[in-house]
Amino acid sequence: MTAPLLQLRNITKRFGGMVATNDLSLDVHAGEVHALIGPNGAGKTTLICQIMGELRSNSGSMTFDGVNLQPLSPPRRARLGIGRTFQITQLLGEDTVLDNVAMAVQAGLGHSFHFWRDARKNAALLTPARAALEAVGLLPRAAMRVADLAHGERKQLELAVALALKPRLLVLDEPMAGLGPAESEAMTQILAGLKSQVAMLLVEHDMDAVFALADRITVLVYGAAIASGTPQQIRQDPRVLAAYLSEEMV
Amino acid sequence: MLFLLAAGLTLVFGIMGVINLAHGSLYMIGAYAAAWTAMETGSFLLAAIAAIAAAGSVGMVLEMVVLRRFYARDHVDQVLATFGLVLFFNQAMALMFGRQPLFVTLPQALSGTVLVAPGVPYPVFRLLIIAAVIVVAVLLWLFIGHTRIGMLVRAGATNREMVRAMGVPIRGLYTLVFGLGAALAGLAGLLAGPIYSVQVGMGEQILISTFVVIVIGGVGSIRGASIGALLVGGMDTLLRAVVPALLQHVMQGPDADALAGGIASMGIYIVMAVVLLLRPRGLFPSL
Amino acid sequence: MSETLTHSRARQMALPWLGMLLLFAVPFIVQGLGIPSLLGLATRIAIAALAAASLNVLLGYGGLVSFGHAAYYGLGAYTVGILNAQFVSGDLLFGIIPGTNQLWFTLPAAMLVSGLVAVCLGALCLRTSGVQFIMITLAFAQMIYFLFISLKAYGGDDGLLMRRPNIAPFINLHNSAHMYYLAVVCLIAYVLFCGRLMRSRFGRVIAGQRQSERRMVALGIQTYPYKLLAFVLAGMGAGLAGALTANYAHFVSPDLMHWTQSGDLLIMVVIGGAGRLWGPLLGAAVLIVLETMLSGWTQYWQIIMGPILVLVALYSPQLHRRLDLSA
Repeated sequence: MTAPLLQLRNITKRFGGMVATNDLSLDVHAGEVHALIGPNGAGKTTLICQIMGELRSNSGSMTFDGVNLQPLSPPRRARLGIGRTFQITQLLGEDTVLDNVAMAVQAGLGHSFHFWRDARKNAALLTPARAALEAVGLLPRAAMRVADLAHGERKQLELAVALALKPRLLVLDEPMAGLGPAESEAMTQILAGLKSQVAMLLVEHDMDAVFALADRITVLVYGAAIASGTPQQIRQDPRVLAAYLSEEMV
Repeated sequence: MLFLLAAGLTLVFGIMGVINLAHGSLYMIGAYAAAWTAMETGSFLLAAIAAIAAAGSVGMVLEMVVLRRFYARDHVDQVLATFGLVLFFNQAMALMFGRQPLFVTLPQALSGTVLVAPGVPYPVFRLLIIAAVIVVAVLLWLFIGHTRIGMLVRAGATNREMVRAMGVPIRGLYTLVFGLGAALAGLAGLLAGPIYSVQVGMGEQILISTFVVIVIGGVGSIRGASIGALLVGGMDTLLRAVVPALLQHVMQGPDADALAGGIASMGIYIVMAVVLLLRPRGLFPSL
Repeated sequence: MSETLTHSRARQMALPWLGMLLLFAVPFIVQGLGIPSLLGLATRIAIAALAAASLNVLLGYGGLVSFGHAAYYGLGAYTVGILNAQFVSGDLLFGIIPGTNQLWFTLPAAMLVSGLVAVCLGALCLRTSGVQFIMITLAFAQMIYFLFISLKAYGGDDGLLMRRPNIAPFINLHNSAHMYYLAVVCLIAYVLFCGRLMRSRFGRVIAGQRQSERRMVALGIQTYPYKLLAFVLAGMGAGLAGALTANYAHFVSPDLMHWTQSGDLLIMVVIGGAGRLWGPLLGAAVLIVLETMLSGWTQYWQIIMGPILVLVALYSPQLHRRLDLSA
């Protein structure tokens, strides 16, 4: 058993009197998909924010590849190799699809204090960008403005943008949200194809996708992990069925 | 005074998300209304009513006619539009009352001094101001924190759609809140008239200080506004008292005075800079 | 279909060059029309356009609403004014810097001063965002305004006169055509520089943080240093405009830094279209011509200007979108 890539131990987050994350421990290993499921309000987004550094945990430890995450700023964590897709897509709305991915490629190249060359004509940016778009199947849309894209395409673009940075861990915040059945299927295929390249922490409500992709599942209820194991185990766990799955599976 | 203005402005901003440069104009309208009423009737009470009514009603009309179109807009557009309003009001006042400053004389009862402690006379009028501010602060705290309407206002700040979905007429609510902020501004104008003289452009001077108070105190928080106002007002008074004396040691003459005045004015901005270095969101951010 | 596309593209590319040609032709046009005062107007527009263009970097491209930009404009103007005053009196500034009236020195000096102040103030202001940013930029500008009012040594409230404009080889700034060309050259140089800058990787970061700061953070980009640099470059542009205005008007006063001046700059950017390269020139032209016309009618022209601004704020995005589609 290799050491986990992402290791959370006893993470707790309080907002005033309310406990949003309750003594949570979680591992994500390289090459695996670890899904996080739970009812709305369970604290999934709060946890993501803590992992990404947007929120500070009250206690607990968080390491990525052995590096302590707690003192690091969000951009720093991203540069360590943690990618993220947002549930409500955060894209550069006025720019084209290609521009968006090129921006990610640019970010990956180090600092951007380059003032002279036209970024939109820079092959060092465009070539990898096109490759990333190819990987998610969006290349035909390269010249379209993000504002004109369909919802499903935007989610794909979110993914392409995150991938362009070549992360080692991808934190996916409900990538299927708002997708119809065909689009969800397509997205699931894309994610399945990525399994070997990048570890994933998948936060999702779509059970089909979760059971199709996940190597392990952790169930979060009121900020605490009530169960954690293989999909097989989770499906049969009575606590989980009682708390959550029964509503979803029926 | 700063508190009154800051409270009104931070309410409007915190709850409706609109930056309103014309708040200073409402202050000015209050001052002019008070001054004119006082001169015509000689009654301070009537002047007070006039100030609050004038500013409050103009405020509400403004909200209904102009501002509500800007709730969803960029800050730039709000700044531009309210800037236009400021120009309009300044000129309107100049048209109605001329460009010369008006001086308001206080009625007998209010213009003396009172001994607050043995050998320490303090102007009655200033005591009145302090009293008014305290009363307003308490009322505001009660209102926002403890009444249904206050609760609706706070709810509306965090989630407009939900409040609207619950059947609450949010437009009316916003108009009311804005009217309240405007009335506070008018009250401030009433109280300021006798001290500062009423003239075109008076709103802008104090508006900027109000901004400093809000930045220091934290946008959207009344508590922040009060602490901020105390801090800024106190700092300002302190500097004005101390700096000229200090400077006399180093420089001579009228140049020194002017420079001292300048440095004293700069004082509050330096305080703001320091606060921001330590707490970019202000001392008591509610957002 | 493709023919009309290339046609409009060709038009798009030719338009700026035609525009620049037109700008250079203005003095001749004015001579032909026989209204020499128009040249002064054109110069004022060019200088204002430069200041507005510098604000456009922040506001149009970066989405940073700086309501205190006039401070840098004023600082540039005062640098020229103070250096000139020192030159005339023969004293050394701060005991070490000699006064000068050499243009090749005063213009960069103005940019340097405004740039330095921009670094200091920007470092503080950029720690905030949204409304606080607007308020704090405004407050700091007022601080500088009050500072200069209190500097009686340099005229204080009444301002500082410059009997003669700066001198430089081959240029005589008494000649209004020379002054105009200087302004236009500076304007065009700065605008082209900004255009280049905004297309570069640096510019992409600036545009990116305007559209989605969260996305930039998630990409691992710390936006603060980029915003700060943009702030400084913008400040320097405004400083340059200020230096030009000192030479044009032969007079500097704290009013140059008054918040209403900052407001005017914002208006120019918005009218011309925030984020458009030549928008500030259009905006400056519209605002100055409008103000000149209105103030010719009545002393109370602002009472009309006010509502116009409200309408502009209300409808300008729609207008610009319409113009976009038709172009």
